[in-house]
Amino acid sequence: MTTTLPPVKNLPSARVITTEPRFSDKVFRGVVTIGGLSTLAILAAISLFLAYNGLEIFISSGLGFLTGFEWIDAIPEENLLASYGIGAMLYGTLVTGILAVIFGVPIAVGSALFLSYYAPQWIKRPMVILVDVMAAIPSIVFGLWGYFVFMPHAEYWAKLIHKYLSFIPFFDMPAPVFTRSPFIAGLVLAIMIIPIVTSVSREIFAQTPLDRIQAAYALGATRWTMIKAVVIPYGIGGVIGGAMLGLGRAMGETVAVYTVLNLVYDIRIEVLLSAGGNVASMIVNKFGEADGVELRALMAAGFVLFLVTLAVNFIANTVINRTTRKG
Amino acid sequence: MSTVLVSPLKPWRPTVKNLLPEILGMVFTAASTLFIVSVTELKGKLGFAITLILMSLITTSTISWIRRDRKAAVSSVSGVLVFVAATFVLMPLMSILYEIIRLGFGGLSWGIFTTDMSKTSADAPIIEGGLLHAIIGTLYLVLFATIASAPIGFLTALYIVEVKGKFAGSVRFFVQAMSGVPSIVAGLFIYAVWMIGLGNSYNAIAGAGALTILMIPTVARVSEEVLKLIPNDLREAGLALGATQWRTVGMIVLPAAKSGLVTAIVLGVARVAGETAPLLLTVGGSDQINFNPAAGNNSALPFYVWKNYSFGSDQAVARAWLGILILMILVFFLFSVARYFGRMKDGSR
Repeated sequence: MTTTLPPVKNLPSARVITTEPRFSDKVFRGVVTIGGLSTLAILAAISLFLAYNGLEIFISSGLGFLTGFEWIDAIPEENLLASYGIGAMLYGTLVTGILAVIFGVPIAVGSALFLSYYAPQWIKRPMVILVDVMAAIPSIVFGLWGYFVFMPHAEYWAKLIHKYLSFIPFFDMPAPVFTRSPFIAGLVLAIMIIPIVTSVSREIFAQTPLDRIQAAYALGATRWTMIKAVVIPYGIGGVIGGAMLGLGRAMGETVAVYTVLNLVYDIRIEVLLSAGGNVASMIVNKFGEADGVELRALMAAGFVLFLVTLAVNFIANTVINRTTRKG
Repeated sequence: MSTVLVSPLKPWRPTVKNLLPEILGMVFTAASTLFIVSVTELKGKLGFAITLILMSLITTSTISWIRRDRKAAVSSVSGVLVFVAATFVLMPLMSILYEIIRLGFGGLSWGIFTTDMSKTSADAPIIEGGLLHAIIGTLYLVLFATIASAPIGFLTALYIVEVKGKFAGSVRFFVQAMSGVPSIVAGLFIYAVWMIGLGNSYNAIAGAGALTILMIPTVARVSEEVLKLIPNDLREAGLALGATQWRTVGMIVLPAAKSGLVTAIVLGVARVAGETAPLLLTVGGSDQINFNPAAGNNSALPFYVWKNYSFGSDQAVARAWLGILILMILVFFLFSVARYFGRMKDGSR
């Protein structure tokens, strides 16, 4: 006799296997995505608000805002119309930025080479920390140091350059005032951008393939021929990117430039003369007494500065990322 | 039996014979530099530095050319040049630190931590008045900027590393670019939103808003690096135990990255604590203690320095240097904390 088991009444259905995330994960991903995209939203908001506030100026001045070099408030009693242009300031920003790159980048790349290939370990470790410390010094410290401590020295150097090289138009001097010149501002900015250029270059150099370095040494290369044949071809893109990052920093610097640069609304090629321009410093300089239309003009100037530095940073980061990604 | 200790030979070590030309070269460089400076027109520190660099270039290249060949001479010249570059990096740093201590130390007293500048004119001797108002202002600014930027920075890093969403690449790229936004632009933006758009007046919250924009990129990038260092095994182990992604991140990844995330915040604070330009447009500046961050002008250490620098009298400039000394002590303290936490993470691994 066979006993049959009673038929199972509720047969459990097979577990559904799915890649659908749980509800909690959906919430998590949603929150993180919103947080991650909020940085994009902030950048968009910055450009929108500045552009909106400066719109009036862009419409009334057109391209003249970028090329003009006058900053005059309207005086209704004398029927004088306001005229705002940041051409001279943009030019000055570019001049001081490029001077900073010319002075700063060779020193920064040299010290990055020193740290990567020449320095013994006991010098390397503390010096890397010191360069990091230098990057953490606030810009107002550079400003005050530049004005009170550095400028007397730099003024003397400027006089020497003028004395021996005045036949070059850049070093000519219409009036003997050597303080607060683009030359000095460029030197202070160079000191400020050295840490970032050094650390970017050092990171690039550290990624140079070790087998190529060893191959060069095995073929009898000296230290310098190895660097020339292996490190520089590999890292040149990253170094250029680092230099552009430095240029972006130098162009956006406000307080340090304000103290060591005399703002003059004029385009001059003599870099030793005490007359230069910088958009960021101009904004601080004019902000105190600005109201109404002038405030909108400052917003427009800020928008232009934002776009220029963002573009420089974009290009710099693209170049650096491309260098670090390649084998 | 006595054991014989074998001391290892180190044949790569320079012998006296190898070192002799180098020592002689150094002596020759120093002697010739002193001679040239004392005899010719090149006077002062600048002349001395230029002569020293030139003479050491000539000496080292000649020595290596004689001992080996032209390529060795070029290589040794490059060695001198990069050494000079490294010295040029350290000289301004040393000068800055030295001058801060020299010019700021004289103003230190207990009074500066207990009083503000409301009853003291900027011309008064430095022993009167203090910078308590600026310290409180900076604390408020840093506190609110941290509260606002830490969540956004962490979420951005999580989005890039954990969620790996559709826009992860572009978010990463824009955060990189955002760290280059000039600080004055952040100030202008807050002014456009907070003052022009919403009609508020100067206060500490507005200043903190501007600092938030500057702090987010630092926090996001450092915490992104930290999260990338967490081994994938940990995440896979969590998922294999049946945890959801939320639980894996919340209970495994974030605790493992805790000290690194603290480092990210501290580095962010160190980055913004000394920012001056955005504060000039947002906090208004005040000479007395203001405990209310939501109303009324406030001050901050960089603002205090700026105000006294702009005033320009001897006493005011001494106050500015004092403010810089306090500011630098704060920044270095934060920096050491960040390094301490950063090293703690390495040690536990």
